[in-house]
Amino acid sequence: MDFGLSDEQKLLEQTLRRLLAEVAPPSRVREIMNGEAAHDPKLWAQLAELGVAGMLVPESQGGGGLALLDAAIAMQSLGHGATPAPFLATSVLAPVALAAGTPAQQRAWLPRIAAGDALLGVAATEVVNKRADAGMREAGGRLHGKALFVLDAGAADAFLVAIDRDRIALVPRDGAGLTVTLLKTIDRTRRVAELVFEDVTPAEWIGGHDGVVGLTDRVLAAGRVALAADILGACERAIELAVAYAKQREQFGRPIATFQAVKHLCAEMVAELEPARSLVWYAAYAFDERPEEASLLALHAKAHLAEIGTTIVRTATEVHGGIGFTDGYDLHLWFKRVGLDRQLLGGPERLREEAAARQW
Amino acid sequence: MELSFAPEYEAFRATLRAFLEANRERAPRGGMVASTGTRDPASIAWQKLLIEHGYAARTIPKRYGGYGADADILLRVILDEEFARAGVSSGIGGQGPEMLVPTLLEHGSDEQRERWIGPTIRGEVVWCQGYSEPNAGSDLANVQTRATEDGDHFVVNGQKIWTTTAHLADMMFGLIRTEPGESKHGGLSYVLIPMTTPGIEVRPLGTMTGRAEFNEVFFTDVRVPQSNVVGRRGEGWKIANTTLKHERNMLASSGMLEAGFARLVDAMKAESRDGRRAIDDPVLRDRLVKLQARVVASKAHSMRMLTCGLKKQMPGQPGTSEGAAALVTKLWGCELSHQMAALAIDSMGEIGVLYDGSKHERTFGLWQFLYMFSLGLIIGGGTAQIQKNIIAERGLLMPREPKVGGER
Repeated sequence: MDFGLSDEQKLLEQTLRRLLAEVAPPSRVREIMNGEAAHDPKLWAQLAELGVAGMLVPESQGGGGLALLDAAIAMQSLGHGATPAPFLATSVLAPVALAAGTPAQQRAWLPRIAAGDALLGVAATEVVNKRADAGMREAGGRLHGKALFVLDAGAADAFLVAIDRDRIALVPRDGAGLTVTLLKTIDRTRRVAELVFEDVTPAEWIGGHDGVVGLTDRVLAAGRVALAADILGACERAIELAVAYAKQREQFGRPIATFQAVKHLCAEMVAELEPARSLVWYAAYAFDERPEEASLLALHAKAHLAEIGTTIVRTATEVHGGIGFTDGYDLHLWFKRVGLDRQLLGGPERLREEAAARQW
Repeated sequence: MELSFAPEYEAFRATLRAFLEANRERAPRGGMVASTGTRDPASIAWQKLLIEHGYAARTIPKRYGGYGADADILLRVILDEEFARAGVSSGIGGQGPEMLVPTLLEHGSDEQRERWIGPTIRGEVVWCQGYSEPNAGSDLANVQTRATEDGDHFVVNGQKIWTTTAHLADMMFGLIRTEPGESKHGGLSYVLIPMTTPGIEVRPLGTMTGRAEFNEVFFTDVRVPQSNVVGRRGEGWKIANTTLKHERNMLASSGMLEAGFARLVDAMKAESRDGRRAIDDPVLRDRLVKLQARVVASKAHSMRMLTCGLKKQMPGQPGTSEGAAALVTKLWGCELSHQMAALAIDSMGEIGVLYDGSKHERTFGLWQFLYMFSLGLIIGGGTAQIQKNIIAERGLLMPREPKVGGER
């Protein structure tokens, strides 16, 4: 019985946070996020060098061969830094999807992912909740339709497009008949896109053959755990900022941290955060070690972190008072990061509905 | 991260499970909760059997009547899990075995240990805790019940309140102001008081649940031997805080939360309105899944805290994530119990407010009782607001509020 991070995992967290504090502090985050693709090739190369880009890629393919818990720790650090980096789609969802791919598909993509040379966007929203004017369909091996909120689309070289519960298509960004339009969300640290498919022939199909069932569900579970971890990291940062600010800001002749009204807001944030941290670790562990529980735990982790996450970033803003509402102060980076995370791959109500349907 | 138990622990579990299966008919009725404040012969006989097998008083030394095994948190967890799973009483619990006995082992004199530990763990002597007073609630160190010296005795006058099981207890362990000239915290002693002493009056204190779970205890010139002080005079505050340390942490309550959640699901499956089960109502089931995420989080969280204990990390270390994590469990667990009861009641509608054995009442009014009782738990043992102060001050190192009038 050992529920906690290993020394290696703690080291990963420390190393990553130190690097991000150094090379991607909020001032640099703002520069990157104001670029068209919200992507910094140099930063991604550094992360690849650390082994972060390919941590879920098997060692035989040049990656770290690590587990989702390790990826969750990395994602948490990226959330903590509000770091613009295509980790979710390229380094979490793509390796999980490609694990069901053919040896040739794996050889073609996984080593390049691990080296930081290939970026993949992921279109999964259409199998989670399809809008009236969107949705994907396949006819005669060709793709038609519209995929919304495609993840990490800014600099993606290719897209993994979930068609149904068992099949994912791989389409190059410059594929004939594909139009990519970046969308503007409140969160400028990441780019989501609309993909319009007009008779597009995928370069590859992953899944859709014997022995691969529930591929999309597996990808969604990994993504939901990772998003929960991103929220966790963002909330940690928001609380750090709020507590530090409350200790130094004086009103009525004393630090506002001495007022119980302020203290209790901070205590409520941490009282929600710590059990949530345990939940995220548990869901990430279960993904690899308790597959029969994994999907339900991922739903719980994402839905719960979405709920407490929005409350925490809002509360952290209130602790700051007016300064927290300004553009010049950095707190809103995390407020907005959580705002986007909350909706991606299913908002909390949608996820709870699925959790209920799975059980009762 | 490795959440399985080593083979020797699984072997212990298997033996325990077989024991519970073979002997469950001998257990007192009333389910998984440990009996408190009872001299019922069935409970005492069951406790004796459990001690013989090392399933109760496991780490109490043999010479005091315990089983004499080394402390092992994992075995403690397995015991909790298996008794809960079997729905069988885990023996005699309450404030004597769970709070006084560990305190005597740490601070008591040889004579005090010899005299009290054996009878307490066997269930022959029932204890109550005399800490809170009308003016010493959140500000517990403000205890005003005072003792004056008279030869080798103290003469005690004052009043305690919120005293669970005082009406059944043989003995009280309490905080008494024995050193009037000393500071607020330094003037208290930890004193063992026989409840049969002349001058003690116990009055039941009814609560909103309609039951008398608590009492008020009045002391008028109550004579207590000075040898009944545990530790040194004036050390009562320190010793009381070690008693609180021995209070069961989240480990047990996580199992209780899981069991409570399973009962909630059953209740929502059983209850129907307009031909639809409560569990199929989209709004009610949304609330249910919200609570389930919290129950799962609390299970994971207790495993995390357990691991801190195994690694001998001080989970209460100020200013760390683990430190804050240990401080939030009471706030979190009590609120969750309250919310679960609230959902059960809302799932039943008007049926949910039936009480006192009314026609149409479900499960003896259990959910309504829990809804009110858990509100008491949110307040008792340190209110939610005091918990938040502690989390902020010890967990986040936020400064204390300046005291009025320079009080220390």
